Amino acid sequence: MGGMWHLSSELAGSGMSAPRTVTIQSLDPRINRLRIPAELPEFTPKPMLDEWEPYEVFWKEKPGDQPVHVGTVRAPNPEMALVLAKEGYCRRGKTYTIWIVRTADIYTFSPDDTDIFATVPEKTYREPDAYKVVQKILRLKRQQQRERSSEEGE
Amino acid sequence: MTVLPVELQPALKDLLYRMADDALILGHRHSEWTGLGPILEEDIAFSSIAQDKIGHAYALYQPLHELGEPDPDRIAFFRDAPDFRCCHLVEYPNGGYDFSLMRHLLFDVAEQWRYHLLESSRYEPLARLARKVRGEIKYHVFHATQWVIQLGARGTEESHQRMQQALERVFPLALGIFEVTPYDELLAAEGIFPGERVLQERWLETISSVIEQATLQLPDPQTVVPAYGGRRGIHTEYLQPLLDEMGEVIRSEPDAEW
Repeated sequence: MGGMWHLSSELAGSGMSAPRTVTIQSLDPRINRLRIPAELPEFTPKPMLDEWEPYEVFWKEKPGDQPVHVGTVRAPNPEMALVLAKEGYCRRGKTYTIWIVRTADIYTFSPDDTDIFATVPEKTYREPDAYKVVQKILRLKRQQQRERSSEEGE
Repeated sequence: MTVLPVELQPALKDLLYRMADDALILGHRHSEWTGLGPILEEDIAFSSIAQDKIGHAYALYQPLHELGEPDPDRIAFFRDAPDFRCCHLVEYPNGGYDFSLMRHLLFDVAEQWRYHLLESSRYEPLARLARKVRGEIKYHVFHATQWVIQLGARGTEESHQRMQQALERVFPLALGIFEVTPYDELLAAEGIFPGERVLQERWLETISSVIEQATLQLPDPQTVVPAYGGRRGIHTEYLQPLLDEMGEVIRSEPDAEW
């Protein structure tokens, strides 16, 4: 956790005035208060992969909804992932709840192996087209319902 | 709706000003992190919390306006430090993220208890607001708690040490939240708010448990001098410059339409 805030706290916490260097001048008074040297000392490169691990975020608008994958968040543990994902993904609209899953806990096929899903042309009779239609109808119905309820809400 | 006697108005105004000014000034301080937060998601979360706090202040300046005070913008941006009733805790500059997080925790736990106690208040506007902001404040406390436990108990030696130092600096300031005003007893007797002593007791219990989970040492409240004065209009040197900066634009053209 390096970066600007660390620098500022060192200056603020030391009780000493900043070294006599030319500081960055900004229209933003907050930046001026940080007294950031115009020429920054060389940064020590961070160790590789020194990052919080990724979590996948799944969002539910209403109880009973299917969780929808909305993105990822990096965090040091699942609780912090919830803390950060809540504002990251839910602050702009109605939310029922979110799920957090460690990305490493998701098992999937290697991109090289996705050809195992390819069906040979002679077997298209096994593809449940009717099911697809049912899914489409359900989606449409849900969408209409949502539109109705948002109209009522207005 | 219960109609409250006119004699109660000064006491109500005192309570509303204390709460609203705390929320406004802390919201402004938190907002100073916007764009400078330690990581992107946290920058968004903390800025969002800052916005919530300003929203709470606005919601509290409205009943004040109904009680005959000026409108919310005027109350927020045109008063000078001696007219503010916020505690010293919220006035201090942000310093490092350790200080800001610890202040956020100690303030929000008090805020959560205050609103919880107000849910059964006889003063309906506050009881209603308390129910309305319950969820938001629950998230604020969750956010603060997770961060303080993370940096205290699950971080590095440096993060632990810095959180301990922050706690020692913030704790006496936080006790200033509970400075008793001359209206305290009346508010309790009238069933509006049970009083700062009750609040402080509840707060200390919750804080002690979080601080313990964070493996930090809570200073002994008996040996600490609370930072009182804010509730009487006596403030730190940091409040007036904040007000000047916050009101700079609107004061330059007070009659402008926004």
